[in-house]
This record gives sequence, structure tokens and C-alpha cells, in this order.
Amino acid sequence: MELVEAIILSVLAASTPLLIAATGELVTEHSGVLNLGVEGMMIVGAACGFAGAWLTGSIFIGALFGIVAGTLMSLIFALMALGLAVNQVATGLALTILGVGLSGLIGAGFVGERIAPAVHLAIPGLTDIPLIGRVLFGEDAFVYFSIALIIGVWWFLYRTRAGLILRACGDNHVSAHALGYPVLRIRTFAVMFGGACAGLAGAYLPLAYTPFFIPGMTAGRGWIALALVVFSSWRPGRLVVGAYLFGAVTILQLHAQGWGVGIPSQFMSALPYLATVIVLVLLSRARTGGSTAPAALGTVFVPDR
Amino acid sequence: MQLVLEKRAERSNTIALVSPLIAIGLTIVTMVILFAILGKNPLLALHAYFIAPLTDGYSLQEIAVKATPLVMIAIGLSLCYLANAWNIGAEGQFLIGAVAGSWIAVKTQGTDVGAWVLPVMLVLAAAAGALYALIPAICKVKFGASEILTSLMLVYVADLFLDYLVRGPWRDPHGFNFPTTAEFDPVATVPLLIEGGRLHLGSIIALLVVAAAAILLGRTIKGFEIRVVGAAPRAARFGGFNANQLIILTFAVSGALAGLAGIIEVAGPVGHLQPGISPGYGFTAIIVAFLGRLNPLGILIAGLFLALTFIGGEQAQIAMKIPLDVTKVFQGILLFYVLACDSLILYRFRLVFPNRQVTRGAG
Repeated sequence: MELVEAIILSVLAASTPLLIAATGELVTEHSGVLNLGVEGMMIVGAACGFAGAWLTGSIFIGALFGIVAGTLMSLIFALMALGLAVNQVATGLALTILGVGLSGLIGAGFVGERIAPAVHLAIPGLTDIPLIGRVLFGEDAFVYFSIALIIGVWWFLYRTRAGLILRACGDNHVSAHALGYPVLRIRTFAVMFGGACAGLAGAYLPLAYTPFFIPGMTAGRGWIALALVVFSSWRPGRLVVGAYLFGAVTILQLHAQGWGVGIPSQFMSALPYLATVIVLVLLSRARTGGSTAPAALGTVFVPDR
Repeated sequence: MQLVLEKRAERSNTIALVSPLIAIGLTIVTMVILFAILGKNPLLALHAYFIAPLTDGYSLQEIAVKATPLVMIAIGLSLCYLANAWNIGAEGQFLIGAVAGSWIAVKTQGTDVGAWVLPVMLVLAAAAGALYALIPAICKVKFGASEILTSLMLVYVADLFLDYLVRGPWRDPHGFNFPTTAEFDPVATVPLLIEGGRLHLGSIIALLVVAAAAILLGRTIKGFEIRVVGAAPRAARFGGFNANQLIILTFAVSGALAGLAGIIEVAGPVGHLQPGISPGYGFTAIIVAFLGRLNPLGILIAGLFLALTFIGGEQAQIAMKIPLDVTKVFQGILLFYVLACDSLILYRFRLVFPNRQVTRGAG
């Protein structure tokens, strides 16, 4: 029983950064922008998040540092891809390359330092309920926030006028522009939201997942988040399912090592990446009847005045 | 005030030529600011980065050695990018090539075999790199899976596979438990060009690759097809060019070159297989490809320049205690400026002030 509970708890913890980063990218892509720099924004968020928490002793301020860092990174992307109409794929790659360097530079002074990780919720009575108590009422604040975030995003995209306009920009920027909507401004906000989420997701790693910072600690999670958006067919509900599935695969490989399965640890560690490839192939194959991606995704838009 | 882009009637060839230079200039200005923030003397730092490595023979050889994998990988990537195929997993193809080539070296270690070993290693590495690159290419062509994500995921898989081999079956029994294979036999190493120096045969191979790419792109129908498919997909369809076939081809070539670069690095400067054989060559090569304007000669120059930043970064670390990550930041910023300046080829930038916009609209 306790093992099951421990596994569920660790799956939730492993899924949360994926869910937060993928939610941000979902909004960005719905506006028609493909930001491949998620990994770069995440890794800078991790370094700045840890720095913030270490300097102030507050996990909350650490998380804010992560959000601000991710947003600033995304502004560089917005300036390039939206302001200067540079190819989005190349700009996203550049953002990741820059992010890895910046993260190493910012984090260099903090390697080996430790902080007290984010506390878990504890409600006397409720949290003590066997099995479900800790799973439902004993998580850290990030886990609850990630669920609130995806519900909020679903509501925004499909239940508000602003969400409809944002999706219109992603499906047909020319029409949206003709109707008088400021396509580039809307996209900039969507990119910034994606950056904020990626920064927070990165900050989650040293603030709650492990209590220390190591260079390169995102280990491709930003790229997996990008794949999750494809996996979800750009739908928030499926994004949650996908994030938890991937979290489960990540934890599975950790536990398989503990159970003494006779497979070298490196092969188990490769599982999440291989799973991503397989999922991408299966999903793309299933979707032969026409893509569900926003129609204008990744295309450059220069308003013709 | 608003920044407005106006499409040029035709691409500006002048700017196409000078834009990499503008980008380098802007990067250096940015670096000066960064050095100042880090509390280092910017002039001394620039000297350590860009001048000092050019002043002695050892560093010059070292630049050529570092540029060799960068140029080889970037040439392959440029073919992909020209055909609008986004291979960003060259790092993984580099590692798999290193592994495949090392296999023979490890298996024949200490046995008295002939000089055939090295050529077989090179061929195997190129084949393995090509096959590894074909995975994302085929997933893309057959199933429509994003080649960007799949090729990148395979980098992590290759990295873990190499890690497993050097910690497990291929570990040097006399290596004090370090995760490395034994040093390769002399017949399994890339010969040096200068006795006692660092420059090796791989640099010659890189130059041949540059020449071959220049001929392919400038003088053959295939090269023409690659450029048309990338630049004008619709025209290419009317012309009967098969875009999918070109994705397969360019991925295979680029994987082969990355794999070849991998084994040359391992059997040359490194001398044995171990984790960390690449300081991100596969990713830096993306910058080299763009800085070189996807042109073989440009890539050669860009590769030497990026190699200079690696060596300069090491010197700056030793001489001025500037963290090595500054080199990566530098390379990232450089790529941004290169891309931004490329925008100038197609567009004219103009600042528009709202009140003037009104009068313009009336006229």
C-alpha cells in the first residue's frame, strides 16, 4: 500500500513540470507560434529559481524568479520571431542554445548548495486518510497550481472571447488581422505566457523535485513538453493525460532500477525519450485524415499595411 | 513608436554578404557588456578570446582540430536545412558514429591486425550515423512525425547508449574504474599531419567534404533540387521534385557526416571512447551552418571562427577565470544576431510613429 502511494506521489511530482511547461506551450501554439525554446527557458528558470530561493530563503520568491526569467527569455524570442519575422524553428533552437549557456553561467555559483524544498500540504485528518490522503491532500503547492493552471487555460481557450480570438490568430492570422485584431500583440502575450510557464516549470525542479541545482538538470524535459503538445492534439484534457503518462514512464524507470530488474540502468533511463519517439510516430500516423494543429502554426506573419 | 517590416522587392545581396559580419560585430559589443557585468576587463577578455589563440602554432593547430567536426557536421546540416528538413539531432548521430567505429577498435585491441582497421572504422561510423539519422527521416516521411523532436530525443538515447558501453561491456579493465575504453591501438587512430603536433588527417577529410558539398550544390542537378525544394516547395512540386526523397537523402548524408566526425574525433584527438567526447559539437554546428549562410565555403570560415571561440574560451578561463559557459552564451547570442541580420535580407526595418502614420494613410 505504502509503495503504491509513494509511486503515485512521485509520478505526480515528475509530471508537474511537464504539465506546466506543456500548458504554456499549448497556449503559445494556439496563437500560431511554435516556440522550440522551451528547454532553454526552462533551464534558465531552474537556475534563476534556485538562485532566488537560495538568496531569499523563500520558495515562493524562487518560483517568481523562475517565472520572470522564463518570461524575459520568451521576450527575446518574441522580438526575433514576431518583431523581426525570423524563422521560428531557428529562433527556438537559438533560445535553447543560449539558455543552456546562461543557465550554466547563472547557476555556477550555486552548484553543491542546498535549500529546504517546497513543503507539502498537511491537513490534519484529511492528509492522514490511508492511500488517498497524501495523494489528494499532501502535495506541494506546485502540483495543485499546475492543475488549476490547465483548467484555467481550458476555460480561457474554449469559454472566453479572448480565447477564441487567440485561437483565431493561430488558425488564420490573415483573417484575424483583417478583422482588426492585433495578431502580433496577441501572439506576443501568448509567447510570454508560454515563457512564464516554462520558467516556472524549470524552477519546480530545484525548488520541489530535488533540493539542489545541477547544470543541465532539465535533461530534455522541455523537449518532452513540446512533444506532449503534439500528443495532446492541442487539447488541454489530453495534455493532462499525456503529462501523467510521461511522468509515470519516468518514475517507472527509477523504480525498475530499485526492483533489480536485470536491465542496465541506461536503457531504463532512455525510456522516456524512446516513448516520446514512439508516441509521436503513433499519433502522427493516426492523424492521417488531417492535422489538428493550429493551421497557421509556425508561419511568419508580417502585417501588410 | 512601432517597428515595421517592409518586404523588399528582391533579396538584398549586399546585405546577404555583410550580415554575418554585422552579426559578429554586434555579438562582440554584447560580449563587452557581459564581460563588464562579470567584472572582467573587456579588452583583455576580447584579446584572450580572439587574438591570443591566433598567436602561437599550438593554438592554431588546436583551432583546426576543433573546427574539423564542426565543419563536417555543419556541411551535412546545411544540406538538410536547404531542403527544409530540420535535423537537429546531429549530436546523437555524432555519438553513434563514434560508438560504431569504436566497436572495431575495441574488438581488435591488442591483436596484431593490419592497416585496414581505420578505413573500416570510418566506413562503419558513417553508415551508423546515416542509419541513425534515417530513423527521424523515415518517421517524418512515412508517419508525419516531427523530425525536430524525434531527432532530438535520439540524442539522449545515443548519449545513454554510449554511457552504458563504456561503463559496462567496453570498459577498460586497467582503467582504474573510469568509464572509458582502453586507448586505441596505433593502427586504429587517425594519423597526425605534423609529427608531435595535434593536426590530424581528419582536417583534410573535412576540407574534402567542403569541396564535395560545393560541387554538389553548385554543379549538380541534385544540388539544384535540394535548393529548390527548400526555397520554393510549390515550384519544386511542379518541377516533379520529390521532397520526401530529398528529406531521406539529406538526413542520410548529414547523419553520415556527423558519424564520420564522431569517429574521427574519438580515433583522433581523444584516442579512446568515453562520455563527454563532444562539447556539444552537434548543436554548435547548427550555429556554424547558419553563420556560414548554408554555403560550403561560408561554413568553413564559420567553423574556424566558432572553433576560435572554443579555444579562446579555454584561454580566457585559464588566464582570466572567465567561466567556460560564457563561450556557450557567446555562441547563443551570435546565432540570434545572425538570424536577426538575415531578416534584413528580406525586409527593410522602419520605425513608425503613430501620428505620422495618419498623414501617410491619408495620402
